[in-house]
Amino acid sequence: MTAYESWGRYPRSTPAQVVPLSWISEIPDLSQSARPLLAYGMGRSYGDCCLNGEGTLLATRGLDKFMQFDTVSGILRCEAGVTLEAILRVVLPAKWFLPVTPGTQFVTIGGAIANDVHGKNHHRAGSFGCYVRCFEVMRSDVGSVLCSREQNADLFEATIGGLGLTGLILWAEIQLKRVPGPWIDCEEIPFEKLEDFFELSLQSDESHEYTVAWVDCLSSGENLGRGIFIRGDHSETRTSNIEVHRRGTAIPGLPVPEFVISRPTIRAFNWIYLHRNWRKISRSVVPFDTFFYPLDRLNNWNVLHGRRGFLQYQFVVPQENRDAVREILELIVAGKAPCALSVLKIFGSQPSPGMMSFPRPGVTLALDFPFRGARTLELCERFDEVVRRNGGAVYPAKDARMSPESYKLYFPRWAEFSKFIDPKFCSDFWRRVTASEVVDG
Amino acid sequence: MSRRVLILGATSRIAQEAARCFAAEHARLFLVARDPRKLAALAEDLRIRGCELVETAQADMTDESSRERIVETAFAMWGGLDAGLIAHGTLPDQSAAERDLRVLRQEIETNFVSVASLLMQLAKLFEQQRAGVLCVIGSVAGDRGRRSNYVYGSAKAGVATLVAGLRVRVAATGVRVVLIKPGWVSTPMTAHLKQNFLFATAEEVGRGIHDAMISPRVVVYLPWYWRWIMRIIGLIPEPIFAKLNL
Repeated sequence: MTAYESWGRYPRSTPAQVVPLSWISEIPDLSQSARPLLAYGMGRSYGDCCLNGEGTLLATRGLDKFMQFDTVSGILRCEAGVTLEAILRVVLPAKWFLPVTPGTQFVTIGGAIANDVHGKNHHRAGSFGCYVRCFEVMRSDVGSVLCSREQNADLFEATIGGLGLTGLILWAEIQLKRVPGPWIDCEEIPFEKLEDFFELSLQSDESHEYTVAWVDCLSSGENLGRGIFIRGDHSETRTSNIEVHRRGTAIPGLPVPEFVISRPTIRAFNWIYLHRNWRKISRSVVPFDTFFYPLDRLNNWNVLHGRRGFLQYQFVVPQENRDAVREILELIVAGKAPCALSVLKIFGSQPSPGMMSFPRPGVTLALDFPFRGARTLELCERFDEVVRRNGGAVYPAKDARMSPESYKLYFPRWAEFSKFIDPKFCSDFWRRVTASEVVDG
Repeated sequence: MSRRVLILGATSRIAQEAARCFAAEHARLFLVARDPRKLAALAEDLRIRGCELVETAQADMTDESSRERIVETAFAMWGGLDAGLIAHGTLPDQSAAERDLRVLRQEIETNFVSVASLLMQLAKLFEQQRAGVLCVIGSVAGDRGRRSNYVYGSAKAGVATLVAGLRVRVAATGVRVVLIKPGWVSTPMTAHLKQNFLFATAEEVGRGIHDAMISPRVVVYLPWYWRWIMRIIGLIPEPIFAKLNL
């Protein structure tokens, strides 16, 4: 069954029409559309940037053909609806890997570009956009445009992180990364307080390709910001191919009651997770999917949050203002918010070509909250106050509620960007963050 | 040695998904479809996904002479074939077929006559090489005529009966004939229908076809639960069936 909702299942909106695309040679004439258009791939962005209420969704999953793969140079060209999972299936046996990967492989390459996604190697590699060589965008006003750093560079920069608003990405070409094989040497190091995370990061970012930390958001006082630091590298010692890709299992389509994700259950889970290997470093060699995509094992883990869905809140603040992280963790504790999952990472300084990219040097924290109405929204608004004060930003791909004022502060180039928006394209997100404002220019 | 597979109606979503499974096993594929641009895109995709060789031929399956020529070409290309998959078809507008004899004839031509004649030609060639698997995509719609799509269903029922007889005819020569009966599948052909929980993905069905072709099974419902749904639908007494809006 196909539902066109976002991953957080909040907010909901219904498109007036869904147009499934299957062939690049049969893209409909976009200039004839009576309603606003937006591409929809796997629906893995959390908030409303993949939604287009009352508009037309161009479903891109059928645009899933590979176009060119040079096994010597690692340059791959494929249609926009090809998923990262499909790419890995094809390129990994030839010892190539995604230069940057987010926490799920079930996103399309078009979506990865439009949200300029990042991963556990941001401190070294930057964001996905850094590895995009070129792509073709279908516009409603001027037809198809080939974009690269050299050709139509301004549209290239606007489209990377452009939330799908600059037109329909038809295909893209990326530079892959050479790896010895599909295995990861992984280390998990428990830490007892936030300061220890920063110290571990400082050391590990020098020595390891991938670093990230899981934080127990319900701990307070002495233990505020305790968690597990995870670091890894492509294994040189174990390089055998992994034949079968394990498919995730799905939770049956029954409504999940809200107590499934609540403070007592999270507390129990966090305790078990922390004490699995308490105070000792665990080392293992794991398949790439175990390391990068632990949540992909449950195809629809998002339904665990219940009927009302959930909110993600991911922000970044500059290193010098890293106390903002502490402040926000304290707000979670004080507000007794049921924060189910939280991920902490240091972003590096490699800039993305994307004009509206979210990643920027600093500390980033991603948080998950089951949606509990006004209470959840108010809490996020308090987070925003901290982030604004500290010169940070919130990630649009995960946002469902930030105010237009916050957005414009976080993304000061928004007015420049809006000149590149396709006149026929829009999203619920864009309508929200530009509400009650006349866009100048 | 890699499998040599002929796919007719290769650009259909279900055929594409089956082709990807063969590609992952480094098969050699001979793809036939109407649109040369789609064929070219598909061929490149399947090469990258692992095919040892991909050949394409552009043809309309309802055109008798090009049908025959293409099967001969495919057969000669690699000195025989290990499998043939007949996947082309259309889902007619039932009411148009009731009103307009030309639409009716056209649908029977595409969904039955062209399939039947391809089967006859392929069966002869497979019998001569005394090996091979022939696979046809039928439909659960062929199991019992329903008000909403009995024209389509009758063509698919014809295919099912033809396949049943053909299977017996060629059994002694080691040739296997497989009939696939998909239920509802989310594809461009059904994009205009309201989807419900019984809809399967094209990927599931494509994989099921591939698996059926390399297994000893002869009639395969995809997904499996359709065998039981159709058995129950088949048991409904006519007076009740007539009142159901199926």
